[in-house]
Amino acid sequence: MSAFITRRRLITTGLAVTGAASLTVASRLADKYGLVPPDHDGIYGVGERLTYAAHRLLMAGRSYAREFDRADISKVARVNGAPPENETYQRLLAGGFAEWRLTVDGLVAHPSSFSMAELKQCPSRSQITHQACEEGWSFIAEWTGVPLSHVLNLVGVHPRAKYVIFFPIDTVFGIADQPKDKIRWDSLDMAEAWHPQTLLAYRMNGRELPTGNGAPLRLRVPRQLGYKSVKYLSRITVSDTVKNIGKGYGASGPEFGYSWYAGI
Amino acid sequence: MANTLKPAIRGMDTFHSPRHSAVVRITHWITAFSFFALVVSGAAILLAHPRLYWGETGSVETPSLIDLPLPFVLVGQSGWGRSLHFVSAWACVLTGFFYALSSLLTRHFSRDLLPVRGDLAWEPLSRAVLNHLHLKWPMEEEPPTYNVLQRLVYLAVIFILFPLIVATGLAMSPAITSVVPALVEVFGGYESARTVHFFLASSLVIFLVVHIAMVCVTGFASRMRAMITGYHTGRKVQT
Repeated sequence: MSAFITRRRLITTGLAVTGAASLTVASRLADKYGLVPPDHDGIYGVGERLTYAAHRLLMAGRSYAREFDRADISKVARVNGAPPENETYQRLLAGGFAEWRLTVDGLVAHPSSFSMAELKQCPSRSQITHQACEEGWSFIAEWTGVPLSHVLNLVGVHPRAKYVIFFPIDTVFGIADQPKDKIRWDSLDMAEAWHPQTLLAYRMNGRELPTGNGAPLRLRVPRQLGYKSVKYLSRITVSDTVKNIGKGYGASGPEFGYSWYAGI
Repeated sequence: MANTLKPAIRGMDTFHSPRHSAVVRITHWITAFSFFALVVSGAAILLAHPRLYWGETGSVETPSLIDLPLPFVLVGQSGWGRSLHFVSAWACVLTGFFYALSSLLTRHFSRDLLPVRGDLAWEPLSRAVLNHLHLKWPMEEEPPTYNVLQRLVYLAVIFILFPLIVATGLAMSPAITSVVPALVEVFGGYESARTVHFFLASSLVIFLVVHIAMVCVTGFASRMRAMITGYHTGRKVQT
């Protein structure tokens, strides 16, 4: 009987040690291969880590957001939230965005800035994709723009880059590069940033991008929920970390409890 | 070693017999807690937009399939509903896989849940339905096996409702459907998958209500004791 208990204890201890060791190894590997989202604190962080890692592994092969026909385009592309009321945006809007420029900086070989005319000279891509809000409503629209990957190739991304960060017009960069409150900034990992369907869109349904939908330029990330597609873009920063911006969660949303990763 | 659920005789007028294995008890309670969290967080998510649509798209500017008589509320404005929904979905799904795998290996499904030969015929089935309608069901002292209705309902929950609610949940993920587009297409689109998800959840809630009601009327204390300790204990009824 005592031999039996010893053996059982041995097996249990062995299993516990193996379990703990494999958890540690799994966590190290996940870190190394970019399978940990920047917002992974607390009990909800367990779910975030599992979902993000599972999706990234699953999407390592072929993974394209569904594309639709012209006939599927929704009559209404619902606008969520008003355009910025700040002076800068109103001035740029009044001038037809002629003075607007997109700054691209950070871990790049050639920090650059692009006018709308320059972006429109780049090879463009049109895609009819579905966009869902986390609340549950959705629409289908055609988006035209320059693939983010094209712009990233133009500026030359450093191999150390892990995130591409997006700021809207009139983000005020004060002390330590902190965006001010109530600015909707966000970031993508490199897998999403290099994906051919990730667009910097300047047209919607064959017309200039309407103000409410993010004029002059917005991000479109069709493999994630709508809130990742930052509107009114003015600056893109490539970085190896998001820890130094805001609370370090990689976007403004997670500071209120929303998730950084929105592939759902 | 395997026979830890050995029946014990405690006297002539009482019984103490094995009822639920450790795997069944542990997975039952993890599932119970995570399902409760899924219902609460699911309700919070639904309240953000309590309208249901059919097809790929829908919003307040388009006609709906069903306008649920609920207010549009962002509960807490913090997205906690979604976070809780996902962490409990992981707990529920991983537990479900463990339960299914272990139940196949230990023959729990074939032994305890597959209807007994002959029970699927018209006569025993209608008798079981009539017994339930007349509020006559097995009381505490009866042999600890499931009747044919219980077996059919548990099998439907485990092999139809549960897989479908996971599939419709995944069908709402643009990342998942970028790899497996068929997952959303079989349900007729994103909004259809959302609507089906809602009705599956409602069916599971109805199942839960009936399940708890049955536990209460057939002996709450003894059923709870069985699902916690694994043993079915009670007083024999003299016949």
